[in-house]
Amino acid sequence: MERVKDERSSVAWFLTGARGILSLPAIILMLSFVGFCSFTAQAGIPLEQVVFMTGIVWALPAKVILVSSILSGASLATAFLAVTLSSVRLMPMVAALVPELRTPRTPTWLLLMLSHFIAITAWVFAMERVQQVPRVHRVTFFAGFGITLVAANMALVAVVYRLVADFPPIIAGCLFFLTPVYFLASIWNSARHRVVYLALAIGLVAGPFFYWLLPEFDILLAGVGGGTLAWSVERSWRSRREVGA
Amino acid sequence: MTWQEGWWAYVFIATAGWLATDIWRWLGVLAGRRLREDSEALNWVRAVATALVAAVIAKLVLYPTGVLEQSPLWLRLGAVVLGAVAFFLARQKPAVGIATAIATLAAGLWWLGF
Repeated sequence: MERVKDERSSVAWFLTGARGILSLPAIILMLSFVGFCSFTAQAGIPLEQVVFMTGIVWALPAKVILVSSILSGASLATAFLAVTLSSVRLMPMVAALVPELRTPRTPTWLLLMLSHFIAITAWVFAMERVQQVPRVHRVTFFAGFGITLVAANMALVAVVYRLVADFPPIIAGCLFFLTPVYFLASIWNSARHRVVYLALAIGLVAGPFFYWLLPEFDILLAGVGGGTLAWSVERSWRSRREVGA
Repeated sequence: MTWQEGWWAYVFIATAGWLATDIWRWLGVLAGRRLREDSEALNWVRAVATALVAAVIAKLVLYPTGVLEQSPLWLRLGAVVLGAVAFFLARQKPAVGIATAIATLAAGLWWLGF
């Protein structure tokens, strides 16, 4: 009896995660995918490849860089390097989320599989909501959200691809702009640690600065350099307050 | 052997797309398994992850691709700033900030004759 009850509640948590498809972040991501669709359709990437890309790469910025590399006629090695460098951020993102998701008994293979569903939207969503889910069900909850989100966007891409090639420029521009604006608002809104506000502000300035200084490694340098600066400043505030108290 | 020819396209996407991104996710899982939730190391990881995402955001606004490449910088920055003002006036409701920024951009693009 106990077991049956347990299984039912797991299914329920999976479905709770899946229902996240109706949340604001998921809807904005889907609109961004409509924008991505129009970008790939104009670039002449065949529909099957766009659907394949959506499922297997998943992270939207990585896909934009991949498509740009394809368009510029880059070699496989060059494209690999460009996408790899731009995706380093996934490592600290996953590393920050894993301690919130797992229990001591969560198997590593399961986390490795589920990590595929982590990209910025799923990360922001999970960091924001996982606190309200009992720890034993967090992995299930995230699986429900992640798998549904990827499947829904693959279907969405397949359906809208033919409709979006001739979007009016204003719509295409607004769809593109949704992504940065949404990331900005939701990271600020979901921050539960002071260091996040500081890292956000410093990263916004450090990104363009390193792009100007060393364009190939800008995101990496802005992240490691800016993040470390934010962390050390916040830590010194903390220790000063402890001394003062 | 161009990227569009049959199976090669899929090998290209799987190598330069899937492998290039999932490597970092796997390394993240292995690193994250060792981090305690209240540790200073996790605080640093959190700061680096956030700064990386922030740098991506700044690049998307300052150096966009597609239609927005031809739009003036002041319009994009103005849309973000107005969006931020609306976000804080509305007690940090993301939807309000996002809607204001997008409406500003749309109005600007229309006015410029896009």
